Amino acid sequence: MPWENIVSSSARDRVRALLKTTGWLQTDIDTLANDADLYAAGLTSHATVTLMLSLEEAFDVEFPDTLLRRRTFSSVDAIVEALTEIGVKTEAV
Amino acid sequence: MSDWIAAARAVGSDVAARHADDVDQQARFPKEAMDALKAARLLGILVPKDKGGPGAGIADVVSVCHVLGQYCAATAMIYAMHQIQVSCIVRHGGGNSWMDAFAKRLAAEQLLLASATSEAGIGGDVRSSICAIEEKGGRFALAKQATVISYGADSDGILVTARRTAQSPASDQVIVVVPKSSAKLEQLQDWDTLGMRGTCSIGYHLKAEGEMAQIISKPYADVSAQTMLPTSHLVWSSLWLGIATDAVARARAFVRAEARKKPGVLSPGAVRLAEATSQLQLMKANVVAALRRYEAALGSEDNLSALPFAIAMNSLKTASSQMAVQIVGQAMLVAGLAAYRNDTPYSLGRHLRDAHSAALMVNNDRILANTAQLVLALRDDPELLA
Repeated sequence: MPWENIVSSSARDRVRALLKTTGWLQTDIDTLANDADLYAAGLTSHATVTLMLSLEEAFDVEFPDTLLRRRTFSSVDAIVEALTEIGVKTEAV
Repeated sequence: MSDWIAAARAVGSDVAARHADDVDQQARFPKEAMDALKAARLLGILVPKDKGGPGAGIADVVSVCHVLGQYCAATAMIYAMHQIQVSCIVRHGGGNSWMDAFAKRLAAEQLLLASATSEAGIGGDVRSSICAIEEKGGRFALAKQATVISYGADSDGILVTARRTAQSPASDQVIVVVPKSSAKLEQLQDWDTLGMRGTCSIGYHLKAEGEMAQIISKPYADVSAQTMLPTSHLVWSSLWLGIATDAVARARAFVRAEARKKPGVLSPGAVRLAEATSQLQLMKANVVAALRRYEAALGSEDNLSALPFAIAMNSLKTASSQMAVQIVGQAMLVAGLAAYRNDTPYSLGRHLRDAHSAALMVNNDRILANTAQLVLALRDDPELLA
């Protein structure tokens, strides 16, 4: 929804919330820093695709081909950086 | 034609082809052909010049696999699996003295490398491990119930996947280089299969110890995506193409012999031969296109770990493995009973049995399920020559 980006928490918090509610990680996201390696925390390549689709749904965006690589989803920071690159507003930090 | 391809052709026709039926019947390691490949110094061709090798590229190795596949598929498969391991070391092992010294040994001693990626209890998913690296005082110990280590008994070293530490999740893996001299192998079963009988792909209980420097520090996930998977699918597809190429050659020889006996009369098999030739062209084009795609991606980690690239390589494997069986089947229809019999120059029984392994050894359904996940993220590709 259009107002969602304004009233809701920052993109970073929403990414963290998304990672918390799913079973993709074997480590609790709350214990991980924003630059922590999500793959080392148990993120698999299959889960990466599901994560990408969930991000597309949550932020109403589409990841272009050039961002469809492992590095894009390697940490919370990397994900936020990619989201910013494709136009998601990340203020309200 | 490069010297390597000429050498492979000589090993294939003079040695591998001569022993192929016996290797197949006995389900034994193709020792004569592998010794000949060592003698021709074809095992270490990927080792770069600064490590004492000739610095061949992926195209050279893929070409050698294609040649060997035309003479003895088991020999070609062993050569292919070996080069997959070498490419991991050459591309990702650099940076410590142990690994550099081992790369030099690969060239100097023409070591044969095997692989232990599958494990009992992981449900066939090689991207997760149960066993883990146990570090103690700068050294590691490792024990793995490896469901398959092809030609493990005849190898000089084994690349083993394991969790990085005992605390790591199943998907956080590393790959360890284990020289055979520091490994204990306990064979778990025998090997009696329909085809690819010379690869001796049996399970072992493996125990190893060594220095921490034997571990490739880069995550196995990256080594796998950037090197092991694309190399595997390229070398395998290429040797399956070799099987299909020889099957079509035999079918063509049959039709030509018929045509000589009755000039001007088109033999009933000729139409099938035309069909098989067309399929072979398609399969070859696919292998070559994928090879060029990999070469273009080399040098860029982003390109190598991109989803569309992984999908392209997976698709090469599933398509080639199916086409190999189709083409050999077509070729068999061309020569009819002469191909079906086991005692004619046109026999294709071994080809057909070997080709059937392609869809099963690293199961196509597993790869397709993996690709099915990835295609959800794939974008449109509307250009012919992008």
